[in-house]
Amino acid sequence: MADKIIGLAEAAALVPDGATLSFGGFTTQRHPMAFIYELVRLRRRDLYLFGHSPGGDWDILIGAGCVKRVELAYEADEAFNTIGPRWRLAVQRGQIEWEDYSNFAMVSRFTAGAMGIPFMPIRSLLGSDVLACQTLSDQQRAADPRTSPRKLHVMASPFCAADCVVLVPAIHTEFAVLHAQKATEHGTVRIEGQTFADVQQALCADTVIVTAEEIVEEEELRREPERNPLPYFAVTHVCHVPFGAHPYAVFNYYDYDPRQLKLYHEAAKEDTTFERYLDQFVYGVRRHAEYLEAMGGAAQIERLRADPAYGYRPDLRRRRLD
Amino acid sequence: MADIRYTLTELMAVTAAREIQDGEVVFAGTGLPMLGAMLAQRTHAPHCCIIFEAGTVASQLAHLPMSVGDPRVMRGAAMAAGLSEVFTYVLQAGRVDVGFLSGAQIDRFGNINSTAIGSDARHPQVRFSGSGGSCDIACLAQRTVIIAQHEKRRFPEKVDYVTSPGWLAGGDSRRKAGLVRGGPSVVVTTKGVMRFRSDTRAMYLASFHAGLTAQAVADDTGFPLDIEAAVETPAPTPDEVRILREAVDPERIFLKSNQQIIQVHSE
Repeated sequence: MADKIIGLAEAAALVPDGATLSFGGFTTQRHPMAFIYELVRLRRRDLYLFGHSPGGDWDILIGAGCVKRVELAYEADEAFNTIGPRWRLAVQRGQIEWEDYSNFAMVSRFTAGAMGIPFMPIRSLLGSDVLACQTLSDQQRAADPRTSPRKLHVMASPFCAADCVVLVPAIHTEFAVLHAQKATEHGTVRIEGQTFADVQQALCADTVIVTAEEIVEEEELRREPERNPLPYFAVTHVCHVPFGAHPYAVFNYYDYDPRQLKLYHEAAKEDTTFERYLDQFVYGVRRHAEYLEAMGGAAQIERLRADPAYGYRPDLRRRRLD
Repeated sequence: MADIRYTLTELMAVTAAREIQDGEVVFAGTGLPMLGAMLAQRTHAPHCCIIFEAGTVASQLAHLPMSVGDPRVMRGAAMAAGLSEVFTYVLQAGRVDVGFLSGAQIDRFGNINSTAIGSDARHPQVRFSGSGGSCDIACLAQRTVIIAQHEKRRFPEKVDYVTSPGWLAGGDSRRKAGLVRGGPSVVVTTKGVMRFRSDTRAMYLASFHAGLTAQAVADDTGFPLDIEAAVETPAPTPDEVRILREAVDPERIFLKSNQQIIQVHSE
């Protein structure tokens, strides 16, 4: 079996300008943030992102000018900040192209792609403007073959004409990047806790990059194969990136970092303060280890480390100070 | 008996919690719905099953989550999977009794906008987070509870964008649109509690919060609101307020301490 381990910078450099990507995780957990910071540092442009409920992973990429088009259901850090600040500004300034779906629709689209079928029928969206309103024009869609020619399609069941479903188009991306708890050099992956849509996102991508908190022996993960959600041959590259999701949480490893999230949300409100944030935490550091020093180093890491009895930090103070 | 002192947020959380029956399957989102679900689980509905769309079933929350993807939702859960399992087999299949929703705008038929403000969706004046799972919950739960800030501009005649369909244009329009079940049952706001007429599906005022009048609530609503049958919203019990403060949100993440205190005499 192949050794799939490569360095983080090497992995990020595989993504060219204009690539289609999806990132694992959900709002405040398990985003491959170290990989995202590398993409920002590489000043990638015209990326095309697909997601269900991203958070600051997309927000910082959008703010840094890396993203041209997105298809999504939601973008925020939930109770930490109910709208991604750079996403909001990019939309309101006309600096980004987007299409709105719902979480169920997006997950079903990834599922269709992962299954190798062209669409999936769902019972959601009927009566909504998510269904009625198409943000990307027919011309924009026709000009980019990676965008579905139509957003959605309503059809009667061929088996019962009174039964109506919405067809959502399959997603296929060039890259999927996940952050998992454990992986092996052969690409066997262990996700602990909620899996979100990581599995479907990986299985509809050409190249799958997994960044992991720990690299473990193949034998260890094969003791409980029912807990390994991906076929190893679907995983292209594996990177060892401890604390790779900071400032977001990784179940059983560490909690989210309310201090860093607050710094980001405050900075991201204005262009000048956002640029300073990028200078301090992204452009100004060369590697993830330097980023971890910039965010508070070993002392802060210890404050966030999960209590094994909970899988998170039960004494962590989360309240926003405003 | 002693007076009960509570804040508006506490009243809303208690009112939301009382919409949950024991044994029901509850699809909860972040914020007040989580407070309500956690409170219900600790009071009258110990067997309610709390589901989070990011992939957990039957959480027994020990600490208030900041998101539905928070590691805290894993506490005591009976099952952990992903969005697909929860949306497909639980929500779409009709196994969710009550879902919680919120939004920036709500109209008289309980249609909700959480996407954008402005007449042209391609060039919005203000962008919000987007549907997330809200549209799916609105379409596929057996019933929904809506929680909102009550201001005239937030309760317009027509929402700028229907993120989450309610009773659409009223009457049987929801069924005609192809939706197989569900619809909003109640709207809990900062001013009162609204329900929907069973024939027209139009919103009416069921109760107004202590210190307000029915007319004051109608005056802060952007469409005509039937207030004829409105009574005062029942106050929280001392136990409910204590559990909210001590067990559900001791950090005061959502129960902000800077709110005006409402004081009522307990009979």
